[in-house]
Amino acid sequence: MSDEIKMVDIFIMGKRYTVPETLTIMDGMEYAGYQLKRGCGCRAGFCGACATVYRMAGDYELKVALACQTKVEDGMYLAQIPFFPGRKATFDLEKIKASTAHMAQLYPEVFRCLGCSSCTKVCPQDIDVMQYIAYIQRGDFEKAADLSFDCVMCGLCVSRCPANIVHYNAALTARRMYSRYIAKPDAFLAERTKAIEEGSCDAEIDVLINSDQAKLQEMYNNREIE
Amino acid sequence: MAYTGKLGELVKKVEESRTSRVGVHYPRMSQEERQDVLENFHPDYNKNGFRNVKVGVNKGARMPVEMADVFESWSRLRDVNLDLNAAPDYDVDVLIIGGGGAGASAALEAHAAGSEVMIATKLRFGDANTMMAQGGIQAADKENDTPAIHYLDVVGGGRFENVPELARALVMDAPLVIKWLEDLGTMFDKKDDGTMITIHGGGTSRKRMHAARDYTGAEIMRTLRDEVLNKQITVVEFCPAVEILLDKKGQAAGAVLFNLETEQYLIARAKTVIIATGGSGRLHYRGFPTSNHYGATADGLIIGYRAGAKTIYADSIQYHPTGGAYPPQLLGLLVTEKTRGLGATPLNIKGEQFVYHLETRDVESSAIIRECDERELGVPLPTGITAVWLDSPIIELIHGEGTIERQLPAMMRQFQRFGVDIRKEPMLIYPTLHYQNGGLLIDEKGMTAVEKLYVAGEAAGGIHGTNRLMGNSLLDIIVFGRRAGRHAAAVSKDSPVPEGLNLEHVNVYHRELEETGAADERVGPMLLPHYTHR
Repeated sequence: MSDEIKMVDIFIMGKRYTVPETLTIMDGMEYAGYQLKRGCGCRAGFCGACATVYRMAGDYELKVALACQTKVEDGMYLAQIPFFPGRKATFDLEKIKASTAHMAQLYPEVFRCLGCSSCTKVCPQDIDVMQYIAYIQRGDFEKAADLSFDCVMCGLCVSRCPANIVHYNAALTARRMYSRYIAKPDAFLAERTKAIEEGSCDAEIDVLINSDQAKLQEMYNNREIE
Repeated sequence: MAYTGKLGELVKKVEESRTSRVGVHYPRMSQEERQDVLENFHPDYNKNGFRNVKVGVNKGARMPVEMADVFESWSRLRDVNLDLNAAPDYDVDVLIIGGGGAGASAALEAHAAGSEVMIATKLRFGDANTMMAQGGIQAADKENDTPAIHYLDVVGGGRFENVPELARALVMDAPLVIKWLEDLGTMFDKKDDGTMITIHGGGTSRKRMHAARDYTGAEIMRTLRDEVLNKQITVVEFCPAVEILLDKKGQAAGAVLFNLETEQYLIARAKTVIIATGGSGRLHYRGFPTSNHYGATADGLIIGYRAGAKTIYADSIQYHPTGGAYPPQLLGLLVTEKTRGLGATPLNIKGEQFVYHLETRDVESSAIIRECDERELGVPLPTGITAVWLDSPIIELIHGEGTIERQLPAMMRQFQRFGVDIRKEPMLIYPTLHYQNGGLLIDEKGMTAVEKLYVAGEAAGGIHGTNRLMGNSLLDIIVFGRRAGRHAAAVSKDSPVPEGLNLEHVNVYHRELEETGAADERVGPMLLPHYTHR
C-alpha cells in the first residue's frame, strides 16, 4: 500500500523530513521520529496544545494551524508553540459581577485593543476574536461568551497581539461572568438539589439497591422511556 | 468533496432513502438479541485478546493483553537510587496525580476544606479525556426524572454488575454536581428562563443529558482549571508520578515524580494521595484506533496496583460505536453520541438502517461490527478498512436547518477541515476504543484497599459495571473527584506527617516478576505512546 502513497517534504524547525502526504502535521512529526512531549494533547482539536506556525517554501506569509487538525503539505516549514506565557488574572467569582468595571480591573489591556485584527486572522478555530474583544469592551458579555465559546485556548491570538491582550483568558472570564450572573439559574435544579440534601430521594433509590438482579432486570426491561 | 469515485456513488443511496427514513421508528433489540450480538461481535468476548495477569494483588485477573503487558513490567526506579526520606521536593496534605476533570474537582474540594493541595500531571493541566468529552453529562434534575430512575439506567446499561453503593453515589450526587458547575459559571445550554436543555443519550430513559454545545467536557475542564488557578493551588506540569510511596504503616504517603523535561526524579510527600490519571486507550487494545487523549496510557493503574490497590472489571473495555473512519486523518476520532441523540442513524452500504440508533454503546458497536464482518454490508474504504455511514444530514430534516452548526460545531469543524460537510454529506464511522469501564476498585469515598490512597475518574472502577452510558463519565469524574478530595482533606487533618517513606511494595512486586519471569524487558508506566515511524 505504501507504494501508492505520495510522499512530501516538510521542514520541522528547518530540518527536512520526507513523510506521507495523508498525515496530519502531528502524525508527520511522529513519522519523522519525534516522540512528542509538549505540543501534543487531545489530538482531536479540543485542547489547543499543538498550535503551529508555518510558512510554505517560496512564500513570505506566516500561517497557523493546529498540528492535529491540518494535513502536511509539500514545502511546509513549521515550528510549534508549545507554551505561551500569557497572563491569567485571578479572581473570586463570588466577589465580582458581570461588569466592564471588573473586567477592566482584571484585564485592563482589553481596552487598549488597536483594532488591527491580527487575532482574528490568526485564529485556527476561525473565531472573530477582535469582535468578541469589542463585545467585552462594550460589556456585552452574552455576545462575547457566545462568539468566543469554541476557543481552544491555544494562545496564537496572544502571540500576535500588539496590545498584549490575553484574549482567551479574558474570554473565559467573560463566559464565567455571563454564565454565573446573566444566564438565569435553573429553578428546578435548585429544588432537586435541596430535595437530595434533605434525603427526600433516598427511599425510592433504596428500594432499587435492595432489589435482587432478577427484579432489577424486570424493572429495567419494562421501564418507561420518555 | 472527500467522497469521490465509488464512495460518491454510494452516498447517493443514503440520499435516496433519507426522506423516507424521517419519523420511522427502527425497533430496539430484545434482551436476547442484545446478548447474542455482544457475545458474537463485541471485542471483550474475543478470547485471544485477553490473558490472566501473573503478579500483584489480583494475580489471575483477566485483562487485555496490552494492559497485562503494562502490569507485568519493572518499575522505572529499578536501578535508581533515591533517598526517599531526605527533605522532599514537595510536601503537602493532599497530592493529586493527574490534571483532568477528576483531579481538578478533587483539588477544589480539598482546597476548600483547608488542605494544602498539589496537582502533579504528566502533560499540561487540562490535557485529559475530560477536555475531549463532547456530548454531555447526565443528572436527574427534571420533574419527570429522579436519581432512582437514573440508577436503573446506570445498572441496566452496566449489565447489573455495578457496585451498588458507587452507582448510588453517582446518581445522587449528579444534580449537586450540575448545580456546583452552574455556580462556577459553566456555560450549559439553557433556555432563556434558565432551564437546562437536555436530550437523550444511548440507554437513557429520560432526557437528562446536559450539554455545552458539543464542547461539554472542554467547557467543564476550562472552568475547573480556571478555578483551580484562581485558588492558586500548586500545579506541577510535565511531571508524571512513576511510583506511589508508602509509609512505615503501609499507608499512602506520596509519590515519586519524574520531570519529563529534565529527566530528574522528585519526591512528593503527602498525607493522602489521589490517583486521577484517567484511562488507557493509548494502549490500543486489539489494534483498535482510539478516541482517547495522548496521555491515556494506564499509568495510574499500574502504580496503584503495585501499591496494593485492587482492580475490578479490568477486562471490560468500551468501544464507542461512532469513531471516525474516513478521511484517514479522522481515524479513531470521536463522533459524539449527541449526533445520534439528535437523530443521525447508522446505515449500511445499501443506505438502510440496521440497528436502532440509540442502543447502549456496547450493543451499538457490536451491531456495526456485525454489519461489516458477518453480513458484509459495510462500506469498503480506499484505506482498506470497512465502515458504515452515519447519516448526519437527516438531523437538519428532523430539527431544521442550522441545527448542526448550532448543536455540533466541533464535529462540523473537524470534518470540514478534511473536506466533509456533515450538514450535507453523511459521515463514515466504525467503533473506536473509547473507555475503560473498570479500573482500581474504590469505595463510595473514593478510597482503595490501601489506606489514604484514593482513585477518582476513569482510573477508578466499579461505578459503571461493565458498560458505561454516555454522559456518566463526565459525571463520574466530578462526583468521585469531589468525594475523594473532601475525604482526603478530612483524613489529612487528622494525620501526622508520614514517616519511613519506602518502596518496599515495589521490591515485593519485582520479586514476583522474577519468580514468574513475566516482565521480560518491559518497564512501566509507559508515560508516552510510541508513534515514531515503525
